Amino acid sequence: MTDQSLHPPIVNLALMPAMAPPADVRPGPVTWIKRNLFSTPFSAALTICFVLLAVWLLHQFLSFAILKAVWSGGREACSANPEGACWPFIAEKFDYLRYGAYPISERWRVDLTQAIGTILIVWLLWTKAPRRKLAAMLFFVFYPIAAFVLLRGVALLHLPVIDTTLWGGLLITLLMSIVGIVFSLPLGVILALGRRSDLPMVKAVCVTFIEVVRGVPFITVLFMANFMMPLFVPDYLTPDRLLRPLIAIALFSSAYMAEVVRAGLQAIPKGQYEAAKALGISYFDMMRLIVLPQALTIVIPSIVSTFIGLFKDTTLVAIVGIADFLKAIETARVDPSWAGPTISSTGYLFAGLVYWGFCFGMSRYSQSMERQLVRGHKS
Amino acid sequence: MRSMLKGLIAVAMACTASAAWSATLDNVKKNGVLTCGTNSATAGFSLPDNEGKWTGFVVDYCRAVAAAVLGDAQKVKFIPLTPKDRFTALQSGEIDILAHNATWTSSRDMSLGILFAGTYFYDGQGFMVRKADKITSAKGLDGASICVTQGTTTELNLADYFRSQSIKYTTVGFADEEAVVKAYEEGRCDVLSADTSTLNASRLRMAKPDDSIVLPELISKEPLGPAVRQGDDQWFNVAKWTLYVMVAAEEFGVTSKNVDAMKSSDNPNIRRLLGVEGSIGKDIGLGDTWPVEVIKQVGNYGEVFDRNVGKDSPLKMERGLNALWNKGGIQYAPPIR
Repeated sequence: MTDQSLHPPIVNLALMPAMAPPADVRPGPVTWIKRNLFSTPFSAALTICFVLLAVWLLHQFLSFAILKAVWSGGREACSANPEGACWPFIAEKFDYLRYGAYPISERWRVDLTQAIGTILIVWLLWTKAPRRKLAAMLFFVFYPIAAFVLLRGVALLHLPVIDTTLWGGLLITLLMSIVGIVFSLPLGVILALGRRSDLPMVKAVCVTFIEVVRGVPFITVLFMANFMMPLFVPDYLTPDRLLRPLIAIALFSSAYMAEVVRAGLQAIPKGQYEAAKALGISYFDMMRLIVLPQALTIVIPSIVSTFIGLFKDTTLVAIVGIADFLKAIETARVDPSWAGPTISSTGYLFAGLVYWGFCFGMSRYSQSMERQLVRGHKS
Repeated sequence: MRSMLKGLIAVAMACTASAAWSATLDNVKKNGVLTCGTNSATAGFSLPDNEGKWTGFVVDYCRAVAAAVLGDAQKVKFIPLTPKDRFTALQSGEIDILAHNATWTSSRDMSLGILFAGTYFYDGQGFMVRKADKITSAKGLDGASICVTQGTTTELNLADYFRSQSIKYTTVGFADEEAVVKAYEEGRCDVLSADTSTLNASRLRMAKPDDSIVLPELISKEPLGPAVRQGDDQWFNVAKWTLYVMVAAEEFGVTSKNVDAMKSSDNPNIRRLLGVEGSIGKDIGLGDTWPVEVIKQVGNYGEVFDRNVGKDSPLKMERGLNALWNKGGIQYAPPIR
């Protein structure tokens, strides 16, 4: 058989040569702008309005934060300039914002813990890094123990115990969010699977937990944990003041995570479950190898939104007397030796930038993750 | 929600009875640390410094109690509390003593299961005006517009005071202190009204603090004091007499610097105060020389006042009502004998 016999003679096998663009349309930035920004008088007007607004906002921001800001000096220099931010204030309070009241001679322990954490997280998140399973092992098993020993201290190892009422600032915010993030995903997956389980008791327990936790405001849980618990539990059984909100945040975020994961599980067609069962694959292998990898990929955006929400929710611990990063800013701005017209604005601007930096980082990482994982489906 | 909480507290209190709490003093001694609830951040009263170490007027009171009970003013664990949860934290036993900017009122004393152990700071609502307006007294505020924080008793006090004086005024309310200060600076009102303890801090926050003055009148009574749980008389006495000892020390001229020399004074009042004579320690369940520790490690009332809110601090508050009774104020300690 020849090729000719496969195709009817009307099919042209040669490629068509590319045609030149129409004479009045030249590809390039000018055309793009004309088409997208100034296509109609209305859209032209909108474009101009929003460009002006954006320029004005950016100008306001830059002039306060950089152009007119005070970069050196003390309170007098800042008070004399009500137009710009007072960065020397942040510089002086920087250590307080990072560590809270953690004793100065022991602050290297916080630095070390955070350095180890950063290395492990980068190792774990950088998809091309070698031996990522080892990184996961270290991060989920070795790191919590190391962090506990370093931060809290063990007298036997000549690390004096630092009472958790002295911890504060960014240390608390990072600790809270990492504990929340690390515990919420596995617990959330278990709860989601439990909720879809055929075993009635397992299902009932999971549904009850999820609905009760989601039905109660986080502030109430914190308040109960830190102020009411001593009423009901004897003194020697009451956990540490910082541990209570940590447990609360882990349980709380896992209930939300469970619903996110369940959304992903529901998106997987029933045929896949049935096919897996027909092939004799066990429940756990089916979930581990077939269902969860797809389900979790689908819900990455929601998982990351939950993490970002969780990161910002950690500020709520301030109401039970734990000085997180935002509370540290609010405390620092009250200091009468720095009092001035721009101190509060500077403090809140700095807080906003720090929170934005962390949240934006998480968001960008999740987007790159999505692109990598989704590639398989596109080809 | 709050009434439910109150109900829960009442039930729990009935169940555990006062027996569990009657021995706060023993508990503090056993734990070796005093747990003290303070304001989370109030300039001059309780505020962590750059190293996170708590400083301020009410903080020093807690340190004084720790010095009295444990002999070491540094053995205090501070729990910052908001006005909403401060009494709950005390009732539940989360803290041993509440040293907050909390006003001593009848309803708090009678219905919350707590007792105020004296007044460490006589606060009251006052006025701040621009120097340029040349107002020297609250009576000259006829027709003024007054900036206040909404939702506090500030507005109520204003209404009461000006009605009794038949003075016309308008209030301009804002959600928080920050906004009030800003509005005053921008000239949206002639007068800023708040408790004097915050007025001075607000003034510092302005671009031109020297352009404004605080008027001498106070239009409300806001006695701020430490609070303890009801039903523990011994601990109540410790809280009360720690404060009185500091006031008495100022009256007799005993300071943190001269306290050791003063032990050999001939004045029987000083000898009894410092435990050289009499039984100031034994009767209360503390060491014989506990007042010496308080004065040496923390200072007398005047020293604590000047250091934190008075002339040696950025706030530069006048002693006013907080001067001793024989110096024009109303701070007064019962005799020690």
